[in-house]
Amino acid sequence: MPNFEHPEYPEATLLHLESMVPCRESQVSSLLSIFGEVARSILCIWVDYRCSTKMFVLTNRLKTNLNLPHVFVNCVECFTSRLLLEEILTQLQSLSSEKKHGSHVPCDTFNDFVRLFKQEIITQDLQNQTVYIVLDKAEQLREMEANVLPGFLRLQEMTDRNVTVIFLSEIVWELFRPNTGCLEPFTLYFSDYSIGNLQKILSHYHPPEYSADFYAAYINILLGVFYTVCRDLKELRHLAALNFTKYCEPVVRGEANERDTRRLWKNIESHLKKAMQTVYLREISSSQWERIQKDDGEPGHLKGLSAHAHVELPYYSKFLLIAAYLASYNPARTDKRFFLKHHGKIKKTNFLKKHEKTSNHLLGPKPFPLDRLLAILYSIVDNKVAPTANIFSQITSLVTLQLLTLVGHDDQLDGPKYKCTVSLDFIRAIARFRLKKVYYDTYNTPKIT
Amino acid sequence: KMVLAQVVYQGKNDSEDSGLRFATCQLLWKQINSETEKIQEELNKQLFDNLIHFLRQSHSELQTKKTEWMCRMKSSEIPTAALVLGVNVTDHDMTFKSLSEVLQDNVTPYVVSLQAKECPGIKHLLQKLMGQLMDCNVDVDSSEEEECVNISQKKIRCSMASLSKWYESVTKKTDSETPSKKRTSSSRHWQSPPIVVIFKDMESFTTKVLQDFIVISSQHIREFPLVLIFGIATSPMIIHRLLPHSVSSLLCIELFQSLSCKEHLATVIDKLLLTTQFPFKLSEKVLQVLINIFLYHDFSVQNFIKGFQLSIVEHFYSQPLSVLCCQLLEAKKRVNSLSHNQCENIRSLPSFRRYVESQVSEKQIALLTEDSFLKEVTQTLLEDLHIYHENYFTVLRCLHVFTTSLPKYPLGKQIRELHCACLGKSVWETEEYESAIQLLRMLAKDELVAILQKCAEIFISSSGKQFSNTVEKLEEFLARFQNLEETSEVQDVSVSSQKELQKTTDLYHLQKTLLALKESKRSKKLTKFEMLRFEVVDFIDSLVRSYLAPAEMQTLNEVVYFNTANTLREHLNAAPRIALHTALNNPYCYLKNQTLKSDVGCISNTAPDICIVYKLHLECGRLINLVDWLEAFSTVVTAVEGTDPDAVATDQVDEIIHARFIRAVSELELLGFIKPSKQKTDHVARLTWGGC
Repeated sequence: MPNFEHPEYPEATLLHLESMVPCRESQVSSLLSIFGEVARSILCIWVDYRCSTKMFVLTNRLKTNLNLPHVFVNCVECFTSRLLLEEILTQLQSLSSEKKHGSHVPCDTFNDFVRLFKQEIITQDLQNQTVYIVLDKAEQLREMEANVLPGFLRLQEMTDRNVTVIFLSEIVWELFRPNTGCLEPFTLYFSDYSIGNLQKILSHYHPPEYSADFYAAYINILLGVFYTVCRDLKELRHLAALNFTKYCEPVVRGEANERDTRRLWKNIESHLKKAMQTVYLREISSSQWERIQKDDGEPGHLKGLSAHAHVELPYYSKFLLIAAYLASYNPARTDKRFFLKHHGKIKKTNFLKKHEKTSNHLLGPKPFPLDRLLAILYSIVDNKVAPTANIFSQITSLVTLQLLTLVGHDDQLDGPKYKCTVSLDFIRAIARFRLKKVYYDTYNTPKIT
Repeated sequence: KMVLAQVVYQGKNDSEDSGLRFATCQLLWKQINSETEKIQEELNKQLFDNLIHFLRQSHSELQTKKTEWMCRMKSSEIPTAALVLGVNVTDHDMTFKSLSEVLQDNVTPYVVSLQAKECPGIKHLLQKLMGQLMDCNVDVDSSEEEECVNISQKKIRCSMASLSKWYESVTKKTDSETPSKKRTSSSRHWQSPPIVVIFKDMESFTTKVLQDFIVISSQHIREFPLVLIFGIATSPMIIHRLLPHSVSSLLCIELFQSLSCKEHLATVIDKLLLTTQFPFKLSEKVLQVLINIFLYHDFSVQNFIKGFQLSIVEHFYSQPLSVLCCQLLEAKKRVNSLSHNQCENIRSLPSFRRYVESQVSEKQIALLTEDSFLKEVTQTLLEDLHIYHENYFTVLRCLHVFTTSLPKYPLGKQIRELHCACLGKSVWETEEYESAIQLLRMLAKDELVAILQKCAEIFISSSGKQFSNTVEKLEEFLARFQNLEETSEVQDVSVSSQKELQKTTDLYHLQKTLLALKESKRSKKLTKFEMLRFEVVDFIDSLVRSYLAPAEMQTLNEVVYFNTANTLREHLNAAPRIALHTALNNPYCYLKNQTLKSDVGCISNTAPDICIVYKLHLECGRLINLVDWLEAFSTVVTAVEGTDPDAVATDQVDEIIHARFIRAVSELELLGFIKPSKQKTDHVARLTWGGC
């Protein structure tokens, strides 16, 4: 017996459905109950889903399995309202007609959309059915014109047709609610899969050449390693596929049989941990990972992306960056003390102001004017620096490299301000001289007693 | 080029062969340019081969394993190449240009390059992408042109869906083509060629655009093979900074690194400067300027080559005798047809004068009076110069082999540093050379042998016949080292004394034997190996002294060496602020008007208004009182005109002077020296510091 019961659908369909979307019984049954009521339709359904648990696959499968007329649109892909509306209409055209792609319908405004939509429903002969419009990544709607989201919420009212709009989003409805013209949708939450659920779903798709139990044991080990960092089903499935051949190795070589879980575990565990540090973070690519497995080599020789953090810079660019860093993190007040040879005595008590006692790093980089940058540069470079055009263009190229950022508009020529965006580690790597001497925060770090 | 021609023609009158000089300059640059392109191609070859291999592999995976379980389970990632090119952004264009050419020739016609400034939004990005793709379709087969226009008109709305439709139609078309109709260009590409999208400057793209693009295209990756190439200037970490994990998990990123720009420069210097292939040479100072700009400012090899080009043009423009700066045979021919004027030019060369002075008096007179004799001598001198260069580069490379093996590299690690040291002055008189020789005297035997072998190879491969003796000598050294090994005598003395050490137990005796041992070591005669080592080092030293003489000492070096480093520096490393200061502070420098010549410090009467205002403002603090300033200005100006002192005494300033003052002040404001201040009324703030 299937878990879902519904009078209108045959048992076989429901069973098939259950196998397609495991572990989502409650949500599916509530969706089913909504979909079932053809005549008295619900206006809008808002579906929350976290961790991209392939929600759209779910609703999509529901629709196709139940033969409901529906339109499925991804809002990221249709990045303007016009594209979005046209896409819906085009898909609507091809709903019942034979041809795969409907012809292109020009539609500029929501008003046009409502009119064309009504026409289309009549030509497609769908008056007696509910049409579903699924909008994936609905959070993008907020960035379109102000009338789009309320428009979709009230689509049924405006068209006077049986139409249900389903919004899929990773963000809760409360963050969306428009100011005007809002109609509260029916909200349906999809919770995260539990570890048991994940286990069940992942084991469901076992490879044909191995038994389900064998694969389930593998999934168990995999989840043990990855569950703490990743609960995304898609990603986990990807990782499972990547590492499965390695798991099978002892069996293929005949060193262990399928039930020898302990030995298999020993073989795979360190490998999976390595995978967590490399391929999961996309430090090395999946195909590189597979190649390493095939060659049975150590991934040691293959450095990840983060290993190439060092950036080689021209001589003055280095100093400019260091100067920018100092200007960003030292209070301007202290420049005199650090960069003048004869700065006179500074009273210790006055030197640190109270509000400056928090580490400047917690506050982030502060903007500084170009003059200050150059003044510090002249003071930290040993020999004389001529203010040549090259120096100024180097500042600009540091900005294009995103090592500095320009604060304010870039058309402001008079007294531009910059911020330094690189980290202390980065600066340490390029600064050969002792940064400590001229670096305010070293005076400022809390003493450990 | 036309402008260049005019410039060279106008340079000197035609008796100095300006036409010929121009032609020579053009020819030389053409040769050098093609050489640099060749170098570039060779250097990029490895990188491009790797990339093509990557493209091929990523592509095949999408094709073959569609049915397997693995493939169904794995999420389909977009193959992505992270191409780290280094911070010399100016060089990247060249690399990307040749990359897309290579890809278009070998892999796929569908190569799109995108720049961040063209794509402020996802819409623009897709527009650009599709625009370039449709265009390249026209390139593949011109007969399809009409159809294509239709298609692109239909697809004003640019979405990924229409892109995939387009791809389907295009690939189908090429598949259905009969083999006879197939053009050669399409057969070079793979079946269902990938669409390669190059992001030229990854750092400048906004996060949103990139994310959206990747998310959208990942949904269509099964429909057409898309490959991304990220051009990265800083470090691949930028990918993680720009893209969150949910997006970067859609990518299959592989890292590719180009040759570092320093290595690139080393190759360029090696192939362009340290060779006799091109007659033109850079003097030490000029080379130093170019290298400094490279190391201190931009890391750009392109700019280095541009600087080199500028020196060539400048040399042929300013030096009339540069007409002789060509291949030796040609130069000899040209000497014969030199005009009297040019002969006089030769006579006035400092290096030639030195040469004349060293000759006997009859010959001196002949050289200074007879053009035909002068031409004869010039021919032999040119030949000497050529031979000097041939020897110089060979010996330089040989010395470089020695110096790179030394700790702390007293003469520099790179051959260019050694080259600069030798070009400028007699290298053997420098301290660094001294210490290098000291260190050489301490080399271990196997090291020394390896170095000698390398040197022998260098000498053998050099074209000059004059080194046959040197090669023989080196081989003799090597043979002697070999002999040493065979007849290696066990040093009986030391062994026996060590035995003694072991025997002695009592402290007094031990001390005594140790002292004796020390004494014997000090007075000990050098071993055979040490003797030989001294001999080798002396031999190298003699080579250096005879062949690495500085270029300035060579007669007629001015013909081929460009040495006005100042001009080059002014052009390549301009200092606008300093130029502005000089112009305002010392207008004579630019205007060349005799009346403007004045002592430093005092304010000239006849100077333009803005100069007077500028000089007055240099004496002020951060805030300048406009009234005081006007008064001072008026005093200076009226003093010039020598008007009635009574008129000055009245407080009223002449209206015209007032107007002139205001104009000058606003000009200063335009130049960015001052700006209006709100802190005090009637005050302006100074924006520069320093001054007189």
